Amino acid sequence: MATQQTQLLARTLLTPAVALLFIWMIVPLALTIYFATLHYNLLDPGSESFVGLENFRYFLTDPAFLASLQNTLVLVGSVLAITIILGVPLALLLDQQVVGLSIVRLMVIAPFFVMPTVSALVWKNLLMHPVSGLFAWIAHLFGLPAIDWFNDAPLFSVILIISWQWLPFATLILLTALQSLDEEQKEAAEMDGASAISTFIYITLPHLARPITVVILIETIFLLTVFAEIFVTTGGGPGLQTTNIAFLIYSQALIQYDVGSASAGGLVAVVLANIVAFFLVRIVGRNLEA
Amino acid sequence: MGQITLQGVQKSFGPVHIIKGADLEIADGSFVVFVGPSGCGKTTLLRLIAGLEDVTGGAILIDGRNVVDVPPAKRGLSMVFQSYALYPHMSVRGNIAFGLKMAGIAKDEINRKVEAAAATLNLTPYLDRKPRELSGGQRQRVAIGRAIVREPKAFLFDEPLSNLDAALRVQMRLEVTRLQKQLGTTAIYVTHDQVEAMTMADKIVVLNGGKIEQYGSPLELYEKPNNLFVAGFIGSPKMNFVTGELAKQQGATTIGVRPEHLKVERNGQGGWHGTVSVAEHLGSDTFLYVDAGPLGMLTARYVGELDLHPGDKVSLIPDPARIHRFDDSGKSIRA
Repeated sequence: MATQQTQLLARTLLTPAVALLFIWMIVPLALTIYFATLHYNLLDPGSESFVGLENFRYFLTDPAFLASLQNTLVLVGSVLAITIILGVPLALLLDQQVVGLSIVRLMVIAPFFVMPTVSALVWKNLLMHPVSGLFAWIAHLFGLPAIDWFNDAPLFSVILIISWQWLPFATLILLTALQSLDEEQKEAAEMDGASAISTFIYITLPHLARPITVVILIETIFLLTVFAEIFVTTGGGPGLQTTNIAFLIYSQALIQYDVGSASAGGLVAVVLANIVAFFLVRIVGRNLEA
Repeated sequence: MGQITLQGVQKSFGPVHIIKGADLEIADGSFVVFVGPSGCGKTTLLRLIAGLEDVTGGAILIDGRNVVDVPPAKRGLSMVFQSYALYPHMSVRGNIAFGLKMAGIAKDEINRKVEAAAATLNLTPYLDRKPRELSGGQRQRVAIGRAIVREPKAFLFDEPLSNLDAALRVQMRLEVTRLQKQLGTTAIYVTHDQVEAMTMADKIVVLNGGKIEQYGSPLELYEKPNNLFVAGFIGSPKMNFVTGELAKQQGATTIGVRPEHLKVERNGQGGWHGTVSVAEHLGSDTFLYVDAGPLGMLTARYVGELDLHPGDKVSLIPDPARIHRFDDSGKSIRA
């Protein structure tokens, strides 16, 4: 395979795909960088002028930026914690031999296939609604006042919805990992006198270290850019309580019509995502090395 | 002490009977090998003794105590698995120590025992390595170390050498046997390889279709097989079986002669005549596959080199004292 001819052929054949991908990436990036240096407001067309790094200064010193950064980190961290802490026992349960298991598995996985907008609407109007929601009805059964979820605990509500969506993903990855755990290892532990809990701590959990890493990495990538759930349920509010970086950029661009500032925000988000990725890989990435 | 007795042990998975009533007496300190073709139930029987499977019927006594309701760890047995089943994220030390740690033994005593076990198995330099950094033979030794460190009443081996290459297998075979003699612990060893069975065992249990066909010392099985199955299974190359008129003359339905008990003579008189169809020259031995017409294909073993080629006419003279006779049901007829 490694003759000069095949190498040349491989490069020639790869070139169109690589070139297309490159253009696909570089054009939006270049335009974003270009817009970030302009005073560019859609309400004031024709007045575009070069302002240097003014948009970055404006975006970074905006009090909304720090608030939304904090919300982003809290949201990512909470959803990761909930999906893994609940995903492990769920995967353990689904790994058991029970009648009707395939149906149960299907139902557990189902939330992942519901599109974010729809699931957010279902949660908002059918479950968490303070008047007509299921949770309010349950609260009334016990004689308790209904909770107005999106006013009293807005960020927590959003976290709940997103965790519900991502729990199946974590469960599924962990389940496949559990199924690849060598049966003889569990038997060896049994012969060694390990109880069910010891087997879990010393055999199963270390075996799950790698899939948990995979779940953390993949979920982080997607959770940093959560948008639809916030847009549909709270619109970033009340105040800034559920505004994350992605939503802040959206509101700069399409609520305040400030394209320049939004572009600067987008570039800041790229840098932040890279910082998070860097630390993630440093902390958990070594689990991926064979 | 490690005396194991099976009394009418049965196991079925749903309607399928895997073990159809096994009775066995394993003396303390002996090395017993379960041997048989694939699917004969030898591994299942071992797992029943280990407690990894529940018996459907019968009793398993260890030192006189019925253990069918005792969990595996409390039976005082330890097992070496076919895949070794080492814990991949633990060091060699962690692997060997795990059972002791679970038993709640003090740290320095664990260390002392682990190091003693490692020394016995020449594993001391590797104590802090992970299993993936070890060769097949070393992994095998770690698995054995994990078994011996608990000072069990008996070792259970489930085809432990089948993942090793041929040369290493011979070496480990010797090591396992020597270790077992040195420790004096009862051992039950499952294999499908009859050479392993013959070389390692004090006593062999031949299993077929969930039944014990014969239980005896290797030479007993070789010289006095109970039936056609044992006769055909023990010994390599396989025993030759002849039916028909020739067998009737001996008062049997089938007679069997081992290849090494057939004297080969070129164009000789008497005996059974045939044509060499394949000759395998190993230097130390010559194996001849002879087409003997109505008698079928016969195998003969000649110690040393014999210059015969396909197409040569030979006569095979069976050693009259070494002819095995079997009746209608395949049982052996003893004079």
